[in-house]
Amino acid sequence: MKTGGTVFLAAFVALGASWFGLVRGPLHQLGGAQQTVILQSTDNWPPQRTGEATLGLQVYRKYGCAACHTEQVRQTGMANELALTSLGTQKAADFKDFLKSLMVVPALMNDSNTILGKLAGWNGSVPMTLYSGDDSTVVSTLADKLKPVGVKTEALVVARGADLARGWGVRQSVAADYLYDEPVQLGSLRAGPDLTLIGVRHPDADWQLQHLYAPRSQVPDSTMPAFRFLFEVRKKVAGQSAPGALVWKPEFAPAADLEVVPTLEARQLVAYLASLKANAPLYEAPFTPVTAAK
Amino acid sequence: MKTDETNSCSLTGIDASCRVPLLALFGGAALWLVLGLLLGLAAAMSFHKPDLFADCPLLGYGRAQAAANDLLLYGFALPAALGVMLWIFARLSQAPLALPIVPVVAANLWHLGVLLGTAAILLGDSSGHAWLEYPRAAAALIFAAFMLLAVSAAATLGFRAERELYPSHWFLFAALLWFAWTYSTANLLLLSGHPPRGVVQAIIGWWFANNLLFVGLALLGIGSAFYFLPKLAGQPLASSGFTLFAFLTLVFFGSWCGIPQSAPVPAWLPAISAFAAMLSLIPVLALALVAWNTIRGAGCACFGGPFCFIRFGTLSFVLSALLYLSEFCPRYSRVLDFTWFGFGVTQWQLLGFAGMILCGAIYEILPRVMEKALPYPKLARVNFYACALGVLLYVIPLLIGGVEQGMKLRDPNVAFANASGVALIFLRVSTTGQLLLLLGSLCLLLNILTLTVQWKLGLLKTVIAAVQAPLERESASAVLGGAESASAALRRDKEVKA
Repeated sequence: MKTGGTVFLAAFVALGASWFGLVRGPLHQLGGAQQTVILQSTDNWPPQRTGEATLGLQVYRKYGCAACHTEQVRQTGMANELALTSLGTQKAADFKDFLKSLMVVPALMNDSNTILGKLAGWNGSVPMTLYSGDDSTVVSTLADKLKPVGVKTEALVVARGADLARGWGVRQSVAADYLYDEPVQLGSLRAGPDLTLIGVRHPDADWQLQHLYAPRSQVPDSTMPAFRFLFEVRKKVAGQSAPGALVWKPEFAPAADLEVVPTLEARQLVAYLASLKANAPLYEAPFTPVTAAK
Repeated sequence: MKTDETNSCSLTGIDASCRVPLLALFGGAALWLVLGLLLGLAAAMSFHKPDLFADCPLLGYGRAQAAANDLLLYGFALPAALGVMLWIFARLSQAPLALPIVPVVAANLWHLGVLLGTAAILLGDSSGHAWLEYPRAAAALIFAAFMLLAVSAAATLGFRAERELYPSHWFLFAALLWFAWTYSTANLLLLSGHPPRGVVQAIIGWWFANNLLFVGLALLGIGSAFYFLPKLAGQPLASSGFTLFAFLTLVFFGSWCGIPQSAPVPAWLPAISAFAAMLSLIPVLALALVAWNTIRGAGCACFGGPFCFIRFGTLSFVLSALLYLSEFCPRYSRVLDFTWFGFGVTQWQLLGFAGMILCGAIYEILPRVMEKALPYPKLARVNFYACALGVLLYVIPLLIGGVEQGMKLRDPNVAFANASGVALIFLRVSTTGQLLLLLGSLCLLLNILTLTVQWKLGLLKTVIAAVQAPLERESASAVLGGAESASAALRRDKEVKA
């Protein structure tokens, strides 16, 4: 390293390599990404946002919401589950005995304790999870053995993880989820909860608006700042509330002759939040969508 | 040290040539530092009183924190580091600063860019990409200013008397390339009319942030520290060969870190970052060893002087880099991701590592450049103790709170309000640290401002004297010469010889 040339060359090669790997490579792999098809469906993912929600993303950017909220959830693993949906003509006690007799099947022997353990305090109510674990052969063997006796089961693929257990998502976030975000705002701090599934968790626009105006009116121990500047507090016209005015719990209501009306930005932001629902099973993030059972 | 600076006359010329550019760079940097800390304080207030800014969108957390972060990085750390680099290059080259007017123009452009960018963020025109929030116009100004500074630095380097490069040269020179490449690439890709689709934007952002905040700051900070530490300790830099090894491993491995383990991207990206982070432990430990061997046994009592600053900064580099790299270990990232931990590490890198080394360097450089002692040397010492304590009080609670928050987030049975609430008490402690940091940085600002005002008054006096006594023009120009540039100093030398 006697001369500037060698230093420059070494630094150039080092940074060039990382540019090639971490900028050029991902651009090549993901830069031309298109919509993908949702598993066992003909629908495309992600859906295009409505115009209002697209503008709402800009409101989200403008106020730096991503400083406290993430839009990405992690999963630690997958589980194969077998859910018992109907006993058919079987009685619960008979079914227990039948299941015990099945435990000599080689594929089930290793998991017999966990399967029978679940039945110990069971009173016969369905649906009920018979098995939850890594082994897909247990699920298929058990389902095959139970089918002939008229017991109905459903095999499920379930994503697991603390984020998902909190209800923040149904599967891990994947690159495809952000196709239409401009800018992509993943966030890096959870001072507030994750918003990946907020459109499913709180689909009610009024809830969202009231939460923005007075967070503690909806979530008592929330630490979120109030965004009162997104609303207009004004006098009621002839004592009548305007159509879009918020309806309050008594302790949070403004004075009797005042009303709180969301601005355009507030409505756009709420439309954006409603569009956040990463709940489609994809090839790279499979799971069995559960409609009613959960 | 290679530079055996015996020729005191040319030394004065070298220092004088840096005077105006460095005042412009350091003065603005100190002002942005104070403003950045103030905005950070305003942002933190949102966690003390959530509804404080409910009617004031300007200072809401999302805007104030982003503006504060960018002020610390683009407003303070980078211009200050570039100023220090110009001076080190001039000193090591044993030549006055080349094109001294260029960095003055550049400094003003740079500060204008920072002003524009900060205003844009506060008014809601942020780009939405972390660390790249400044809109196009501001980014273009900053980049243009950087290129001007780089030209001046490279030209000064080119005029060096001795061809062989000193280790500081490698680090600082590489930093020039680093910023030019990463800042232009990230801005061109993300802020152009047609940004890449989807999550690639985030990947580019992570690549940029890692290469600026980890590698870039390391190159600038350690490059400066390796100039000042041997000088202040009175001992040569330990093992130049080992430093070369550390430099090469840093640029080759460090530049691949940055992709978080939880990122929703193809798995090879986080995997490669985790591997690179593990390998990056090598340069961090190697640099720590070199620094330790350089200052070990130096009987140098400083009581809050530049040596203290730079020693504290170097130690902060090692510790903050180790914590930063630990975020990429898959095992730890499951706890640390999405918590205050990462925020704390970044603040430590910016304020504890880069900030302390730069403050120390400024206190060491300014009296030489101005040919005048610091106006408030006691405040400089207050600066050290306030900032050292402030950084620790600011960062350590964030780190501990982050780990605790992460543990609670991992357990779905703990309510979210409980997990985020546990961090609140730590945030309150960290605010006292911010106040101390603010106090310390005000000392820096006061020192620089007073020096600037004194210098300008001095200039004014000479000008008035020159106007009032036209017959004694020779002597007036001699006084002015010291203030203006090295060429004037050289002319004076010739006059003396003649």
